[in-house]
Parts: sequence; C-alpha cells; structure tokens
Amino acid sequence: MELSTNKEIQVPIEPAEDKAVSPWLEAWRSFRKNKLAVIGTFIVLFFVLLAIFAPYIAPEGINEQKLTASDRLQAPSSEHWFGTDDFGRDVFSRVVYGSRISLWVGFLAVMGSIVVGCLLGIIAGYYGKWVDSVISRFFDILLAFPSILLAIAIVAVLGPSLRNALIAIAVINIPNFGRLIRSRVLSVKQEEYIFAAKAVGMKNSRILFHHVMPNSIAPIIVQGTLAIATAIIEAAALGFLGLGAEAPNPEWGKMLSDARAFLTQAPWTLFFPGLAIVLTVLGFNLMGDGLRDALDPRMKN
Amino acid sequence: MFSYTIKRLLSLIPVLLGLTLIVFFMIRAIPGNPAQIILGQLATKEAVAELTKQLGLDQPWYTQFFQYLGGLFTGDLGESLRTKSPINEEIWPFLAATAELAFCAMIIAIVIGVNAGIISAWFQNSWFDYVAMILALIGVSMPIFWLGLMEQWVFAINLEWLPTSGRENVRAPIESITNFYILDTLIQGRMDQFWEVVKHLVMPSFALATIPMAIIARITRSTMLEVMKSDFIRTARAKGLRMFWVVYKHSLKNAIIPVLTIIGLQTGLLLGGAILTETIFSWPGIGRYIYDAINYRDYPVIQSGILIIAVIFVTINLIVDLLYAAIDPRIKYN
Repeated sequence: MELSTNKEIQVPIEPAEDKAVSPWLEAWRSFRKNKLAVIGTFIVLFFVLLAIFAPYIAPEGINEQKLTASDRLQAPSSEHWFGTDDFGRDVFSRVVYGSRISLWVGFLAVMGSIVVGCLLGIIAGYYGKWVDSVISRFFDILLAFPSILLAIAIVAVLGPSLRNALIAIAVINIPNFGRLIRSRVLSVKQEEYIFAAKAVGMKNSRILFHHVMPNSIAPIIVQGTLAIATAIIEAAALGFLGLGAEAPNPEWGKMLSDARAFLTQAPWTLFFPGLAIVLTVLGFNLMGDGLRDALDPRMKN
Repeated sequence: MFSYTIKRLLSLIPVLLGLTLIVFFMIRAIPGNPAQIILGQLATKEAVAELTKQLGLDQPWYTQFFQYLGGLFTGDLGESLRTKSPINEEIWPFLAATAELAFCAMIIAIVIGVNAGIISAWFQNSWFDYVAMILALIGVSMPIFWLGLMEQWVFAINLEWLPTSGRENVRAPIESITNFYILDTLIQGRMDQFWEVVKHLVMPSFALATIPMAIIARITRSTMLEVMKSDFIRTARAKGLRMFWVVYKHSLKNAIIPVLTIIGLQTGLLLGGAILTETIFSWPGIGRYIYDAINYRDYPVIQSGILIIAVIFVTINLIVDLLYAAIDPRIKYN
C-alpha cells in the first residue's frame, strides 16, 4: 500500500467563507424587511429633519405675538396651516420648533440614564456581593414608584423647569438600564473567554470595556430607542402639569396646557401639538420594536 | 408556597424603608430653606421659624426620621399646611375616587384588551387583526392627557353626550356613605344619580384604560399565538371540538399567566396615569390631591400622597407575584 504522494491536495481550512456576514449586517437586512420598522424610522427621520431645519421650515418665530382680534385664535388657513393661538402666534411654527425641545429632551434624558444605569449595572454585576445587593435594592426602590409620579416628586423638589424635568426623566429610567446591564454582565461573566482573559492577567476595567460592554450594546440600543418614546411622553406630561418647560418655549405638552382654556373656541391649538407627540412617540416605538426583532430576537415579548 | 410568601414579604422591608427614606428626604432636599420656600419670599421671619419647628426641621435629621417613621406606624401622616387637618383623615375620599376610576378603567382594559387579543390571534392576519394591532400601537404611543382633551372636544363639546368633567352633577350632589359613588347611589336606590355617576365615569376611565388596553391586547395576542401552535390544541381540534371552545377554554387557560402578570403590572401603573387623567377631568382623586398640593407647596401632603401610592403599587406587585406562583404549579421558586 502506497501513501498518496500527491502533495497538491489541499484541505480547505475554511469552508466557503465569503457568505458569512456580520451580525450587524444581518440585523440591518431583517430590519429593512420589517415594514412597520421602516415606517417608524421615516417618522423619526422626518421629525429629526424638522428639528434641524426648523428656522427654514417655520414661517414665523416661536413668540411673534399679534394681539389684534383678526390675528388671535384663527382657524387653520393657507396662511396659518395649523391656525393661531390666543397670542396670535402661528401654531405650525411653534409645533415645528417644539420638535427641537422634545427630541432633545428625549435623547439627552435617555443618554443620561444609559450612562448612569450602565455604570451602576456593571459595578453591581461585576463585583457582586454586598455592592450588588445595595445597588439592586436601590433599583428596586426607584421601581417601587409609578415612574411619572417619581418624576413629579423630583421636579416638585428641584423646582419646575425644563432642565429639572430632564433630570427627573433621566433618573426614573436608570433602573431599567441598570437591571438590563447587570443581567448581561452576570451571564457574560460565566463565559469561558472571560476566564481566559482573567488567566492572561487582563485588568477588570479592560475586561469590562473589551468584553462585557460590546456584548451589551444591542439590547441597550433597543431599550434606548423605546425609552426615548416614553421620555418624550413623560416630558410632555410634566410640561402639561406645569412642571416642565417655561413660557414662551413651544414645548408640546406645555402648548396643550396653555391652550386648554380654548378647547371650545380653537380646538386646533390643542389638536396639532398632541398629534405631533403621538407621531413622534409612535415613530420611536415602531423603530424600537423593529430593532428588537432584528437585533435580539430573544427579547421578543 | 408558604416559605415563598414569607420570603417575598421579608424582601419588601428594605424597599419600604428605602421608599420612606426617599419620601422623607424629599422635603429636606428642597434647595435653600424649605420653610422659606414653602411660605414664599415675603414671609416674616417668625412665620418661617414657626413652620420650621412645625415640620421638625430644627432637629437633627436622624431624630426627624425616627419621629416620622414612628408617626407612620401609628397611622400619622402629618398635617396639611393648607387645610390644617390631618392627612390620614382627609385622604380617604380622594383615594376612594381614584380607586373607583382605576377599577372601571381596568375592567374596560381587560374586557376589551383580552378579547381583542384573542380574536386577533384566532383570525391572525385578518383585517380585524391588522386594525386591532395598529390601534394598539397607536394606543401605547398616546399621551393620555391629549386623548382626554380630544374626548372632551368630541363627546362633551360637539356631541354633548357626556359631561365634560367632575364626578357628579354639582346641582344634585350625592350623599356619600362609602365614598364610592356607584355603591352609594345603588345603596340609596337613586337610579337617576347612578346614571349620572356612570356618565361622569365614561370618559376618564376610557382615557385611563387606553394604554393598559393596548398592552394587554398585544400580550394576549402573542401568547395566544404561541399556545395555539402547541400539540394539545391540534389534538383538541382533531377530535372535532368547536373552535370557540378551543380558543376560549383550552388556549386561554394556558395563555393566561403572562396576561395576568401584565394586568397586575398595568394596574399599578394606572396610579401614575391617574394623576394626568384626574387633572384633565377635574376628578377629585389622589392624583388631583397631589397635583393641587404641588401648586400650594403643601409638602406634607405631597410626601404622604406619594408614599401611599408607592405602597399601594408595591402591594399590588406583591399580590401579582404571589398569584403567579399560586396559579402556575410549574413555577418553582427557590
């Protein structure tokens, strides 16, 4: 029996590899197929563009008062698309500028809760023991309040302003992210490559940033998108209760509470700001649902 | 089950203590001198000093905290700065009003939400399914204060079917016995007033029900879809059972646990939504009570109101957890 002398045989070390795609690309492909998610993304994009180009889109400023009877509380027309309010201000312009406030507050508040929540969650999950107990109890306590009530309490203490509303919304969302990251850290901690990294002598901080964080990005993006939706509603609710933006800021919730007295005379002053809230929030919710299905199918329901 | 109940009750202690501590520090966290802020800049020094003493702010904080805690154990919630009456006495009618509103809202949310979810799952991808799920999506994105205003515009101002706000007809006030007006009017046999109460309840409870209804419908649909794929459902259908019974008996029984959990969670969240709904509809409930207190800087009332809602919220969540363990023997807690 002769061994094969053919040295040309090459064992393919890697099977046809060029079809493998990164999980992000795969997620993007499945996201693109989800009609509702695409609609949601377009709605969000629409409002983002509205916010960026507000000075070019809005025909008037936010506080151009015209107090003559022929200018006040005018119904929607070709001149004033959304009508005018009791100060003769163009409601359309105010709604357009309002998108800046809502998106800004929603985004910033959620970023704040992500940063603080992740930090606490990582510390709790990674160090365990009493540190974990203390931080987890803190999350439990924050979650023991209905969230809007806790926000109201925080603003009642700090004093009503847009900045304090933003802080309050950031605080009430901390435990959601904290818990998410904590459970991620706990599961990643058991992986063999973490043991390997420890054996090689990697520092804790490096393990956290190189291994634990990248493993948690997808759920944070999903949760973050959905959290922006609730943050926008919460900001509007605080504005509506007089605990958020101050006059003459065209915050949508504030516009609703200012116009309440004119429900019978000028319903358009109430209809359009509310519609803007619903659409923006719907956009973020649809986008978040789509991202969840695409990035993290396990999180479904 | 018994040991789980005990464990769960014990785990509440740190949460309740933490809650109390946060609420306790609320008033002390006001920047500057709380008594001065409460009374306003024009208040005299004497008035400020007196309020400081009344609120116990002149003592070290730990003494204050134990006094506060001791007061809570004896049912003392402090005194309203505005009405000067004890909070634990004046709070009951407000709590009852919120309970009545929340109860009606939850009934609406459960009956409509669960059935919409079931029918959507039963006729998956039908027009009913699409319409119901799009409505549910819009529902979860709805700011309830705006929905309330739009309801008022349509049903009270334009159609004039329902009263705009309030809890009763002010010209024919209800003699209250239990503070639950539906019960009161029934006990007194005043059907005219009963209908008046129901009419006042319709809009606020629908506004408050919107979000839980939408969430319940979505969860019911997805769990039903999962259950209906399982083998025993196929068997039930194969032996010729009518689809109605397969859906409402076999499937629903197995889909009920996630639905119940959501119902419990949403009941707790209703308390938060109540503050907005009550503001719109001038409903004299606990949310309105706290909101008015904020405007008057009546901090003892804000503190106690928030504490009571949080305790109710925690209690509801506990009951849900225990029910969850009791209903499903498969769930084993360690």
